[in-house]
Amino acid sequence: MEKLLEEFSLGLFIWQTVLFVLLLLLLRKYAWKPILNAVNDREEGIKNALASAEEAKKEMQNITADNDRILKEARAERENLLKEARQIKDKIIADAKDEAQVQADKLIQQAKEAFETEKQAAVAELKKQVATLSVDIAEKVVREELGNKDKQLKLVEDMLGEATLN
Amino acid sequence: MEIPAIVGAGLVVIGVGLGIGRIGGSAMEAIARQPEAYGKIQTAMLIAAALIEGIGFAALFAV
Amino acid sequence: MHRFLDHHFYLCDMHRRLSEKVLAVLLLIFSYTAYAQHDESHAEEATGKTKKEEIKEYIQHHLKDSHDFSIGSYTNKEGEHVYIGFPLPVILWDEGLKVFSSSQFHHGETVAQAGGNYYKLYHNKIYRTDAAGTISYDEEHHPTNVKPLDLSITKSVLMIIITGILMFLLFRGLARSYTTNGGIAKGIGRFFEPIVLYIRDDIAIPNIGAKHYGKYMPYLLTIFFFIWFLNIFGLTPLGVNVTGNIAITFALALLTFLITNLTANKNYWMHIFWMPGVPWPMKIILAPIELLGVFIKPFSLLIRLYANMQAGHIVLMSLIGLMFIFKSWIGSPLSFGLAFAISLIEVLVAVLQAYIFTMLSALYFGFAVEEHDHEEAH
Repeated sequence: MEKLLEEFSLGLFIWQTVLFVLLLLLLRKYAWKPILNAVNDREEGIKNALASAEEAKKEMQNITADNDRILKEARAERENLLKEARQIKDKIIADAKDEAQVQADKLIQQAKEAFETEKQAAVAELKKQVATLSVDIAEKVVREELGNKDKQLKLVEDMLGEATLN
Repeated sequence: MEIPAIVGAGLVVIGVGLGIGRIGGSAMEAIARQPEAYGKIQTAMLIAAALIEGIGFAALFAV
Repeated sequence: MHRFLDHHFYLCDMHRRLSEKVLAVLLLIFSYTAYAQHDESHAEEATGKTKKEEIKEYIQHHLKDSHDFSIGSYTNKEGEHVYIGFPLPVILWDEGLKVFSSSQFHHGETVAQAGGNYYKLYHNKIYRTDAAGTISYDEEHHPTNVKPLDLSITKSVLMIIITGILMFLLFRGLARSYTTNGGIAKGIGRFFEPIVLYIRDDIAIPNIGAKHYGKYMPYLLTIFFFIWFLNIFGLTPLGVNVTGNIAITFALALLTFLITNLTANKNYWMHIFWMPGVPWPMKIILAPIELLGVFIKPFSLLIRLYANMQAGHIVLMSLIGLMFIFKSWIGSPLSFGLAFAISLIEVLVAVLQAYIFTMLSALYFGFAVEEHDHEEAH
């Protein structure tokens, strides 16, 4: 122990302390702080880059999932639309059929009615014409019959004879 | 006959050597058993070794 | 008191003794080769100084701070010591500032004169002497001369300045490269950036907590690289031993101590003086222990670094020295191989000690700012 104390050099101790503290301060200002900051920045940068990459990956996954979902939805939509369209088509066809049927029926009915009317009119006309014709004929006949007196008298007699008094 | 102090110091150093050897050996075993605790074991080992070493120095420089 | 002085005398030079011990152990290992060299060492003893002593002195000299930057020395044909290196400025505060070159000491052989005073280098320490350079000793062979405050730019101070400039340029460059290179390190900074991140993620955050670690980061980074670089410089042939100097480690540990205690929160002090969750007699017993712990923690820091670096240098240099003692075909390659292996271990120790110092500092800072509600954990 005494040897250690004897060996101790105060001058060297003072130099060492002064120089070391000076070195410490200089290095702290010009080396350690910039180095540690640079390293920290770099680590921070790497961390951020990794985080954003992770984020991007997640985003990507989300987008893919979204895409899938949208695709699925679209497919379902299409299915639906097609189905609906098919239904509508069927319905329209059915409706059209019904309508056509109704219309046809109506037309047939109308036609029938018109035909009937026409027929009746025609029959009526025919009747009228027949009546007229008959009258004409009758007139002609009558006129001929009544052209000479004998015949008239004969007719009357015939008629009277026919119209026997019962 | 007076035993020189250096003999005592030597005995102390033997003890210190055995002690530090044991610490090192135990630390090795501990690390082998739990490699994941390497850092903690090493720190604990150094502290223990440093404390014992101190006694060795005290003995060496006290002579 | 007498016992104390006796003791002191007995241990007057720890380094020499430590290196002696290491040498003794190594000699034991190599005893058979040493035996083979017996005759030669006898021959050297006759010349006054054995090789062993020379090496011991050399190691001892190397471990200490010095006033000139010498990488090595040799003895030329005329028998003079020639030093390879350059002198450094000596700055003394002795009733006024005295500045002169350390070449005036001639490695302790002559007396330097500055501002009317005479100074002499004795065991790497500067003492004020008279013109003749007489140094008087007390009974334990300790100089009694006046020791002026030595603020010289010694080898260690020079290395601290060089390391400081190197660190500043290196990390300033790294900081700049982020702005010029789009947030990515460039060049050598690519090597240091992971280390900076390691200190942040594996030392600061786990020990201090994510909330408070920011303000301690500059200190932890500075201290880690400072210790590491100086440890590595210690392994180069420059032959500096800065982190193995008690004044250096003391200054570093003092800073950790000051930062810990000046930034400590109420919780920290409560755990020291009035430990929650224990009965009150225990609180009274625990308070002094905890208070002692406050000082022991940085003390162990300073001793640990010092002792590890010192020991590493002693072992390494002793092994290298052994090569010159055993000039045999088996001893020298063996010690070379050992020295090589130890060098590799020392490279590891260099970073390990820097790591432990930083780690424990972070741990102490963590104690200081800890906010816990779980009292039962203690």
